Amino acid sequence: MDLEETREFRERCSQCAAVSWGLTDEGKYYCTSCHNVTERSREVIDTGAIPNTKIQAINRGLKRKRKLEKGWDWYVCEGFQHILYQQAEALQSLGVGPELKNEVLHNFWKRYLQKSKQAYCKNPVHTSRRKTTVLEDNSSHSDWESEPELLSDVSCPSFAESGAESQPDVRTPKPFPIIKASHSETTSVCSGSLDGVEYSLRKEKGIMKMSVPRTLAFCYLSLLWQRETITLSDLLSTYLILKVFQKYRFVEEEHIPYIHAFQHFPEEMKLYGRDKGIFAIESWPNYEVIFKKIIEVATFLDLPRFPDITENCYLHPNILCMKYLMEVNLPDEMHNLTCLVVKATGIGEVDFLRFDPIAKKAKTVKYDVQAVAVIVVALKLLFLLDDNLEWSLSNIAKKYNEKNKEDKPWFDFRKWYQVMKKAIDEKKQKWEEARAKFLWKGEKPIYYSAIDRPVVYKRREMLVSLQKQFSTLVDSAPNIEKKKPSSFQFNWTEEDSERPCFHGHSLQGVLQQKGQSLTTKNSLYWLSTQKFCKSHCKHVTTYEESNFSLSYQFILNLFSFLLRIKTSFLHEEVSLIEKRLFKAKYNKTNKKSSRSRKTRKC
Amino acid sequence: MSDFSEELKRPTTEDEQGEPCVRSGSGMCFPWLQKHIESIASGGKQEKDFAQTTSACLSFIQEALLKHQWQRAAEYMHSYLQVLEDTDSNKRQGAPEIIWRLGSEILYYHPKSNLETFNTFADRMKNIGVTNYLKISLQHALYLLHHGLLEDANRILTQAETWRYGEKSSSQEVLVNLVQAYKGLLQYYSWYKKKMELSQLDKDDYAYNTASQNMLNRSWKTSINLCTLIKIPGVWDPFVKSYIEMLEFYGDQDGAREVLNNYAYDEKFPSNPNAHVYLYNFLKREKAPREKLISVLKILYQIVPSHKLMLEFHRLLRKSDKEEHHKLGLEVLFGILDFAGCTKNITAWKYLAKYLKQTLMGSRLAWVQEEWNSRKSWWPSFHFSYFWAKSNWKDDKTLACEKALVAGLLLGKGCKYFRYISKQDHQVLKKKMKQMKKSVKKYSIVNSGL
Repeated sequence: MDLEETREFRERCSQCAAVSWGLTDEGKYYCTSCHNVTERSREVIDTGAIPNTKIQAINRGLKRKRKLEKGWDWYVCEGFQHILYQQAEALQSLGVGPELKNEVLHNFWKRYLQKSKQAYCKNPVHTSRRKTTVLEDNSSHSDWESEPELLSDVSCPSFAESGAESQPDVRTPKPFPIIKASHSETTSVCSGSLDGVEYSLRKEKGIMKMSVPRTLAFCYLSLLWQRETITLSDLLSTYLILKVFQKYRFVEEEHIPYIHAFQHFPEEMKLYGRDKGIFAIESWPNYEVIFKKIIEVATFLDLPRFPDITENCYLHPNILCMKYLMEVNLPDEMHNLTCLVVKATGIGEVDFLRFDPIAKKAKTVKYDVQAVAVIVVALKLLFLLDDNLEWSLSNIAKKYNEKNKEDKPWFDFRKWYQVMKKAIDEKKQKWEEARAKFLWKGEKPIYYSAIDRPVVYKRREMLVSLQKQFSTLVDSAPNIEKKKPSSFQFNWTEEDSERPCFHGHSLQGVLQQKGQSLTTKNSLYWLSTQKFCKSHCKHVTTYEESNFSLSYQFILNLFSFLLRIKTSFLHEEVSLIEKRLFKAKYNKTNKKSSRSRKTRKC
Repeated sequence: MSDFSEELKRPTTEDEQGEPCVRSGSGMCFPWLQKHIESIASGGKQEKDFAQTTSACLSFIQEALLKHQWQRAAEYMHSYLQVLEDTDSNKRQGAPEIIWRLGSEILYYHPKSNLETFNTFADRMKNIGVTNYLKISLQHALYLLHHGLLEDANRILTQAETWRYGEKSSSQEVLVNLVQAYKGLLQYYSWYKKKMELSQLDKDDYAYNTASQNMLNRSWKTSINLCTLIKIPGVWDPFVKSYIEMLEFYGDQDGAREVLNNYAYDEKFPSNPNAHVYLYNFLKREKAPREKLISVLKILYQIVPSHKLMLEFHRLLRKSDKEEHHKLGLEVLFGILDFAGCTKNITAWKYLAKYLKQTLMGSRLAWVQEEWNSRKSWWPSFHFSYFWAKSNWKDDKTLACEKALVAGLLLGKGCKYFRYISKQDHQVLKKKMKQMKKSVKKYSIVNSGL
């Protein structure tokens, strides 16, 4: 019995309502469950022009071959599993412990399959609909020997055993006695995966469908669970995007497979038709979008409370602040101040930092954005950033440094600004150029339908030959240094006179002794947001660039570029920190002047 | 997103390509509503980063080309090519032409590029889609011509000439004709070379006959190639010129005249001064009557009053018997000198001085005044300023004298220009000066007006 031959015919049997067809010798369909022979025969035969069935069979074979590329039978969820597997491997090669792949991510994925009723449950979705009907009007004569196999079969192979062991498992073609839900209206649309068409049409309430961006959410959740030293912005920008660009030219090398993830599928996993919409990605991952998806996934998986983030963890604001202070070339002494801010706002508390999806209002902290916001607040405390005070303080520091060349230099905001402005502009320019050179399409083109196929392949061929031609015109010695992926984008060293390092500079010029403790010389402060939006539109505040001082704009742009987030996003976070810091002020009244006076108690 | 939705949305967006402006009854415009509608028209989708990449890439290429950074342009071109795989079919279809234009520009200038690279590139681009085949072939041929490869260019044109693609080829008829015409031009070139060789041969020479026979064959083929294009409205100067030359060489004067008349007078053709110039030159060679020549140049005068043939036109008019032609002759001279480019044209000034005097002597004051009325507000500062008087005198004394006479005649002896020149003392020009002063005294329109 040739199952493939009957795949096209998806109507229900008039007697038993099953969709399981075989082909008789005359080329007519018969139901394999009740042996009812239909009047319908294969379309080729319908034409009736050729009397010899043997010739027809040959014809059929040829037609078939051209129309559908045959590879292994695979399900959409297996595709995602493969992507996750590769991403986990990539993370491991970046230095993440093996438990992430073998235990955490694997468990999350199993949980997902179970929750979405694709495996590890009694009625997996591939068969459930079909089976229930069969079971209901079970007219005794079903020769469904394969039925028990079905149940076990869908349970996807684990990648706990990982590595070489699991790979063949993923690839094993499974002998599915195909039962697809009948979508006769979509028969013209095809897909390489078995359930691609069905998958893209499925719209069940309460079921979260898998998507390529969601694979990143899975990765991040497992990183968070393991309390690894990778933040979300690292995962999205530094590791993923930037590194991809550094080798943009001839081979695409993504440190974490994402945009070209499906290109690494085994040769036999064919993708076409509807698979394109599921696996092909035409956008870079966006922090805000992925962040939302993280919460979505965690809630859907019904994950328990995540391990606590204590002061020793990388994601703790104190440690992240240290990291970002180093990154943006600010004096180490500022860390004291950021620690104070963290303490005063309570954002370093375990309760605050913990991610608990089951809690009533699932929310997770944007650890990286928050840490950066703390630094912005600290800068505002020190320098006010009103386009005035920071410059006069710079003048004082400059004079002091000129007089005392032997001493530890005072931090000069102006000098720092000049260095950073140049560095960030160069970086931005390079980044934009790299983005413009990014090659989106991989070697394997995905076509939408059988008619498309030759066109798509021809186009691909053309493109490759044209690219070859232009690549010979490009300087043959690529001047891109191969860097090891790092979460640091800048490198500041003492020796470099072009890019001096400010880490060792002192804040003496802007701090003063008051009794036992140090306070900032500057006693003023202005709030980034006067009034928070209380309506249900979800955003807390808006950021209209022109309303703010140029220094503030520069600082926000600098940090939001580092994290590859929108400026308004960071502004919002800064406002939230301020809200916590100056709670009293907000509670009383904020209708006064736009610049609220605030004395610091350090 | 799948292609499918893209396909669904395409027809609607094409229909609404005009700005979908939302106006309420009172004519108010709501920008926010507009934005909303646009997002619906685009299927509620944001522009994908893929589109962002390609458009950024395109502007980087343009910038690099502008700065002549061919290497950099090639680098970006390498990634811009992916636009050929854009899921947006509108963009995908427009891509080959953009790629061809940018790519051919890069390959034309890039130091590492050579003929072979260009040829491969052109051949590849011709076969992406069908709409650009002819255009690219034509430009390819021009590139080869530029490198002196006439035979290769001819081969490319021959290929393009025989190219057919259903309806596509009929809609590109003009291009087909242009391809043929360029082929004709190439044939004309070799014919012209033969002609030159022939002119060096003795007529009684044995070789002469075969050579001339050879030429005849060529010209016949060429004329077929050229004449179809010429019949289509357009500006085809080089083609017309060579076609006429061949026709004339073989004595087909009637044919040539017909072509030129058609080229100059057919209303479907865009206004083209050269058409009239060619016709005029042809008629002059034919020794056509003056009347005929004047009528041709009259049209040219209307299109380009500053054309260099206008002086010749003036001479013709002057010689004519008709009074109205004499009047026109004056008009033409004034017309030439209206143009800044002709201010130092000594012949024009000489003619004007002489003709003005002659006209005034013939008591045609009204003609002069008619011309002068519209100019008296600006010619004094345009031509006859003190500055001009000084610089003209310094550069070209003869010109200064002619101008001074005109100035005197038109503005009277009190005008700055005339005064400055007449005060100059110059031995050689002494006699002329005297004459000038006399004429001014006698004929100046200012005096006579009093």
